[in-house]
Amino acid sequence: MQPRNLQPEQFAGYPPDARKLITAHLEAVRELANLSSLSKAQIKEWFEGFAQISLPAAFDKLDWINQPAGFIEQESAYLWTTHQQDAFRKAATEYGVRLRAAAPPDAVPVRRLGIAIIGQGVASYDAPLFRNLRAHGTYFDRINPEDGLEQLLAAAAERAKAHPVPYGHWYVEGGQPVEHSPLLTCVSYKALEPVRAELLKKIQAEIKRPGMGPEELRTDLAKLTPADLGMDHSGDAVLDTFQVRLFTEGSGTQIFSTTFALWTAREALRRAQALTLLVRFAPRQRQRPMNELLSNSHPNPELDPLSSLVDADMGASYHWINQQRLPGSEQSAFLVWFEGHSQALVIAPYFAAGKQSSASVGLGDLLSYVAG
Amino acid sequence: MNQTSVNRALTAELSAKAGASPQEIAWGLSRSRREFLRGAAGVVLGSTLMGGSPLLRGETVRKKRKVIVVTFGGGARDQETFAPEGQENIPHMLQELAPQSSFFTHVTNRGILGHYVATASLATGVYETLNNFSAVPPQHPTVFEYFRKDLKRPISDAWVVAPSNGFNRIGESDSRQFGPGMGAQVILPKHLLSAARSGATADFDHLLRDNYETPYYTPQLGGGEFELRQLEQILKLSVNDFMAHARAVSSPDELSIYIVKRLMKQEAPSLLWLTMHDIDIAHSGAYSLYIEAIQRTDRLCAELWQAAQSEPEYAGNTTLFVLPDFGRDADYDSGGNGFQHHRTGDAASRTTWMMALGAGVRQGVVYDEPMQSIDLVPSLGALMGFSPSLSQGTPIRGLF
Repeated sequence: MQPRNLQPEQFAGYPPDARKLITAHLEAVRELANLSSLSKAQIKEWFEGFAQISLPAAFDKLDWINQPAGFIEQESAYLWTTHQQDAFRKAATEYGVRLRAAAPPDAVPVRRLGIAIIGQGVASYDAPLFRNLRAHGTYFDRINPEDGLEQLLAAAAERAKAHPVPYGHWYVEGGQPVEHSPLLTCVSYKALEPVRAELLKKIQAEIKRPGMGPEELRTDLAKLTPADLGMDHSGDAVLDTFQVRLFTEGSGTQIFSTTFALWTAREALRRAQALTLLVRFAPRQRQRPMNELLSNSHPNPELDPLSSLVDADMGASYHWINQQRLPGSEQSAFLVWFEGHSQALVIAPYFAAGKQSSASVGLGDLLSYVAG
Repeated sequence: MNQTSVNRALTAELSAKAGASPQEIAWGLSRSRREFLRGAAGVVLGSTLMGGSPLLRGETVRKKRKVIVVTFGGGARDQETFAPEGQENIPHMLQELAPQSSFFTHVTNRGILGHYVATASLATGVYETLNNFSAVPPQHPTVFEYFRKDLKRPISDAWVVAPSNGFNRIGESDSRQFGPGMGAQVILPKHLLSAARSGATADFDHLLRDNYETPYYTPQLGGGEFELRQLEQILKLSVNDFMAHARAVSSPDELSIYIVKRLMKQEAPSLLWLTMHDIDIAHSGAYSLYIEAIQRTDRLCAELWQAAQSEPEYAGNTTLFVLPDFGRDADYDSGGNGFQHHRTGDAASRTTWMMALGAGVRQGVVYDEPMQSIDLVPSLGALMGFSPSLSQGTPIRGLF
């Protein structure tokens, strides 16, 4: 199937909202595919890298419309095997740069704000925190932690109210969610426990099937829908699909809450370009044999708060890095806080890089400076 | 608060890195390793040295020479190892091994970045294209086959200790030039343990972790894997002794080191290949576990070198090579997720390092001339006196 020949009925297998979106913009998709606005010379220049890539004719027959993940998997394997992966990567990167230059993104309506809350359940920690971020921001060592979580959630809710954008303001919780505004899109590891359990049950069943290999399993996981994992139809279909993908596409999200929070933050930024993203990490279960972790056989597994703090500290770094890839990064702001303690770090305009402050200030007040 | 351009700085950093060519980034990584090593471990730049190689090539020496190759299946990045912020994780490699080593800062893997296929490529000197998740033999002759055939060495003289069940065919290719039985014997400690415990107890589950990239999958075993009866015949260990020791170790790689030490004592092979794998826990996304594994691997490498110094068959005539099979994705590459995977093919995931130390190797020298991971096999050939005719690499300058 060539992109220029796309027809609406070919998307009948898509979820309703996705079908609506794609068929409404099919002309734009075709136009993009044909790149009619470019001259022949420009098209040659834009796509020279891709043109050098050779794929076998059999790939034309693959149903990439209805099985995009399977197609990507096969294409990726072929590119690696034929040593074309680096050339493809180069062509794709160059194409992305051209596309961004040709169609710059819209300005963001409000300064993007990231908040990472790490170290839940850790009474004391002597090693330095936020090491990857300190060179970029101001480290505070005398923050007033009182009501910190509530203040940060309230600030996120306030932004959601002032700048209502669908899926624009998120609260990602690595454990049990606390009370929060319904204006925030909430994704919680604990709330998704039944979905996770159902997925692990399916994985266990799949791997026992004869002939099952890792690639086959991944292909099967990619086909799972919210209904397959027991999510009812009364929820938000878009969000449900997003949550299923966190488990079926993420690695380690199925077993460690810290990985789940890290990956969810990445995906909320990448897919939804969140304007506000508050991520609260929670203690993950202690490491056990992989088969045991995947069997989900312990209803109340032992937790490992200290190691989880190390995971979350790195997770906060990735949260900021991923945020900085989005439009408006020059003005965006980021705050990371050691929950319940007096240590925090801020990266934002007007905050000096690589500095330390002993100002005694509440998190709410600090955030009012940060968010602008 | 003072006005600052923090975000501008990061944006510039990300843009610069995104705009730099992979070659430029690889060179940057190499230079950073060099400068760090020169400061932290007191090594000197290789190009400043004059004169011929100290490697001894006489036939008598060659017959006694032992070579141990240690690869990390699950590479570690510079910021967690050979960079200022990572040095706390590798005190043994940095303070004990690097000062004794010729350290190669710029090793590139241009092949497929999957652990089995990459290790197979290291062992054949050709970028293999086999299915990473299948228990299939390498497509090209292995270093073990060249070694045994050319030097007429017995089967007991080449061994592989490998971490995961998928590696059970790594010892011997399906090349027609060599035929069956010309490769190395392979020990899979997990398989050995699994057989020894006969499913009787779950005490050892933590040592049976397998492929972290696809933790749910274990390939079916086949081929010439080590049989349980050989536990007693080769390693001179009773099942009870083995189980007692297994109970005392905390990770699969610790168990592998134990097996390697037994092999050194009982068989004293001239070519011994160990692939470690604990670091690949990074695929689970838990940074703390990745760091713990690096620290453990660092300790085990030093422990292995100490064991070589204390074994009469190895002391003074052993050359040790340590290298990751490849790196891991850089933080700034949007196609990956940093330390967790090695899927982008970016410079950080393709560029790594190698350390060579012991008999005939210059001590405390750092080389940053580019080399490829497939150069290892021809270098071993030059060192041990066999001819890896189908290898596509070239002997490493600096060693010779």
